[in-house]
Amino acid sequence: METILGLDLPTWWFLLLGALITGYGILDGFDLGAGALHLFFRKEESRRIVLNAIGPVWDGNVVWLVISAGVLFSAFPMVYGTLLSAFYLPFMLLLFGIIFRAISIEFRSKEPMRWWRRLWDFNYFASSTSIALILGLILGNMVQGIPLDSNHRFIGTLRGFLNPYAILIAITTLSLFMLHGAMYLAMKTENRLYAKLTILINWTSKLFILCFIASAVATLIYVPHMAAIFRDRPYWFVVPMAALLIVLNIRYSIEKRRYLLGFISSAVTTSLMLVLVALGLYPNLVFSNIDPNNHISIYDAASTTKSLSIMLGFAFVGVPLAAAYTIFSFYTFRGKVKLDDGSSYL
Amino acid sequence: MDDVTLLSRLQFAFTIAFHYIYPPLTIGLGVCLVFMEGMYLRTKNKVYEDLTRFWIKIFALIFGIGVATGIVMEFEFGTNWATYSRYVGDVFGSALAAEGIFAFALESGFLGILLFGWNRVSPRVHFMATVLVALGSIFSAIWIVVANSWMQTPAGFRIEGHEMQARAVITDFWAMIFNPSSVERLSHVLVGAFSSGAFLVLSVSALYILRGQHIDHARKGFKIGLWVATFAALLSLFTGHSAANVVGKYQPIKMAAMEGHWDSLAPADAYVFGWVDKQNEVTHGLKVPGGLSFLLHFDPRANVPGLKQYPVNDRPGAVNFVFQSYHIMVTLGFAMIGLTLLALWLLYRGRLYEQRWLMWIFVFSVLMPQVANQVGWYSAEVGRQPWVVYGLLRTSDALSEAVRADQVLTSLILFTLVYFVLFLLFIYLLNKKIQHGIDVGDVTDHSGPLSTKNPDVFSTAR
Ligand code: HDD
Ligand code: HEM
Ligand code: HEM
Repeated sequence: METILGLDLPTWWFLLLGALITGYGILDGFDLGAGALHLFFRKEESRRIVLNAIGPVWDGNVVWLVISAGVLFSAFPMVYGTLLSAFYLPFMLLLFGIIFRAISIEFRSKEPMRWWRRLWDFNYFASSTSIALILGLILGNMVQGIPLDSNHRFIGTLRGFLNPYAILIAITTLSLFMLHGAMYLAMKTENRLYAKLTILINWTSKLFILCFIASAVATLIYVPHMAAIFRDRPYWFVVPMAALLIVLNIRYSIEKRRYLLGFISSAVTTSLMLVLVALGLYPNLVFSNIDPNNHISIYDAASTTKSLSIMLGFAFVGVPLAAAYTIFSFYTFRGKVKLDDGSSYL
Repeated sequence: MDDVTLLSRLQFAFTIAFHYIYPPLTIGLGVCLVFMEGMYLRTKNKVYEDLTRFWIKIFALIFGIGVATGIVMEFEFGTNWATYSRYVGDVFGSALAAEGIFAFALESGFLGILLFGWNRVSPRVHFMATVLVALGSIFSAIWIVVANSWMQTPAGFRIEGHEMQARAVITDFWAMIFNPSSVERLSHVLVGAFSSGAFLVLSVSALYILRGQHIDHARKGFKIGLWVATFAALLSLFTGHSAANVVGKYQPIKMAAMEGHWDSLAPADAYVFGWVDKQNEVTHGLKVPGGLSFLLHFDPRANVPGLKQYPVNDRPGAVNFVFQSYHIMVTLGFAMIGLTLLALWLLYRGRLYEQRWLMWIFVFSVLMPQVANQVGWYSAEVGRQPWVVYGLLRTSDALSEAVRADQVLTSLILFTLVYFVLFLLFIYLLNKKIQHGIDVGDVTDHSGPLSTKNPDVFSTAR
């Protein structure tokens, strides 16, 4: 098989997919988190400020999910079909979450009535929270493995999907996003709202540390193949340790009011969590919890070399471009949100 | 047909038809916005700026729903059509991934600046954002229609493996992109989308003209809309004709269904309108004898394969549906050409805006391209049945094995409810924006962002 810099093409695509999902986690993570915190802001003015803070960028953030799904489809079509059809209802709920979230942000400001705004505020909160939880549930199941028979066919049930381990990972994901969202909002706000956010950061960081430790312990006990990486290659232990240190650093940076540093820290934490998942999976993409022979490896699932090379060309041109648009947009809307400067239409 | 197949097809058809209400409007409005803002930069006339700002707000409303419903489409390939995904992933997947990377990233990346960037960037940079968002929406049409065209006329691939393991594998990327129907169908889809946006502009402008509201703005808007609409209506005919030729050549069964043509031996007629009697395998109606033969071969006596020539299980089930959809599209296409040319002539004579009856027709004309776009796809997609990848993969073989009928029924019911509410809200809010009218003068000069007395605060974009 062809290799580039010593890695074969499926591995490159595994890495690229990981990078895209990480990008999605970091970008949409903060606006989902902001949504999950939405009801903590009580005043109309505060709600508008926090919505304006994500207003110009959230749509661009969701695109990274669309791109990740497209890449999964094209690079590993078999996994795309197996995974999405295995988790049929969860994915449908994810889609409804995305629809409700998009229209809540869009419709909220269109009518002045109190009940109208409360309705969309609640929808916004509920859909953001459920998207984060469903993403976490999917991640938890991926880490743990799902029932696949010898033809790589899914033979599980919805009940199996909602297992305690996956629920723990879902809560951890939500708490991480909430922390990340609070860090982002702290960068965008001032005065009393900022003061409120420091309290929220304090609170969510504690919650996250708690969840993080609980999931780490649960993983080591209940997910033997994850535990095995650390047994076989103990130096990988630096990854979870780094994640923990960074979270602690988040609290420090908030005390010092260095919110950009804090935001970067929670972004790095998100990446490290996903690096851990990738380490546990590689070279497989989907684990069968019935029989190791039934795992779907990247080699089973990959598209042909020709297709993968063509798309590597696309990615080489397209991903930097897409990143450039994202950066340009964030740069344009840098700084604290003010309600009266024309960029506030909410 | 078993339940999972039926329900999955219903769900796919319903969700894509709903999605396709919005993208053509986005694409067409994008083009109109480029002209409006371009005129503003050139003339520095405030009227064009107001107009641009007004239409950007409507654009935002439409765009948001398009995005939300589009994500559904992408995931449905995996959730409902897992076998299909595995079968076509190597070929089709790259087009879908390219759509995300090249088109959606561009659109969404600059959308924020388009909507909220007025005071943050210079007018030129803002115009650049408008152009890029419009281009992005055109790019997304390009990639998805190329992918769909590949399903209609597959090329540049070979089949690897057998039975359940079989899949299409790319052999020639450019042959896949430029498969036999890509260019014809893409150009046809794009001009159809242009007319969709242009007729929305025409409709709203005509309403203001009738009411004597924002006369100057409305006339300028109407003119831009009219040029785009005329251009698109005329091109629909030409590109549609090439599309028909491609169908005749590569999907003769579909062509026969679109014209209700049964007997290969007889010269093929073109119907103005008609009714297909599937039981007796005949078509009744007003026809141009030999018309189809002439359109496809420039010879009214040329032989065109008829439906009877093919086994029943290779023909689309709903022949009359395909026939009617196709004929509604073509009729609307001619009606739009007539309407736009008439309006253009009256504009030239300087008597356009006084014709109240014509303005009323324009108010409702927005439905014409919408319906034509919908039924155009119905005939293209139902006409290619029973195949999902033409000649290679049958729709009934493309399903997800892991999915049960009750699951699809649940999601289908939920989609129906949610989309119904979504559509009502969309119409309500669109109407509200239109009734509110164009904000004239400096829009940012509100009496304060929280003032409830000033209605615009609540009706500005997003
Ligand atoms: C405003 C929209 C609109 C208008 C006025 C027309 N069409 Fe159309 N047509 C479409 C919008 C459309 C579409 C929605 O864009 C379709 C569906 C699938 C496709 O590729 O384009 C389409 C498909 C389509 C097809 C089938 C292509 C296929 O199955 O692959 C043919 C043969 C035509 N058209 C022909 C015409 C003719 C002869 C027209 C006469 C004026 C016409 N169309 C007007
Ligand atoms: C956007 C406008 C479109 C509309 C209104 C539309 C409409 C439809 C309809 C009505 C069917 C059902 C046919 C039947 O069941 O008899 C169908 C099938 C299908 N279409 Fe399209 N389509 C559109 C575009 C696309 C595109 C762009 C693609 C692919 C990129 C696509 C892929 C499919 C597939 C995979 C099916 C098979 C599933 C089925 O038969 O229901 N469609 N479409
Ligand atoms: C089955 C086929 C289709 C799939 C899988 C699909 C997928 C998507 C996705 C994922 C989005 C959201 C992108 C974002 O997050 O910004 C979207 C929006 C969009 N799609 Fe589709 N789409 C399909 C059919 C079509 C067709 C036929 C067209 C045009 C001819 C089209 C044009 C657009 C445009 C212009 C947008 C931007 C939003 C809007 O305009 O409303 N799509 N689509």
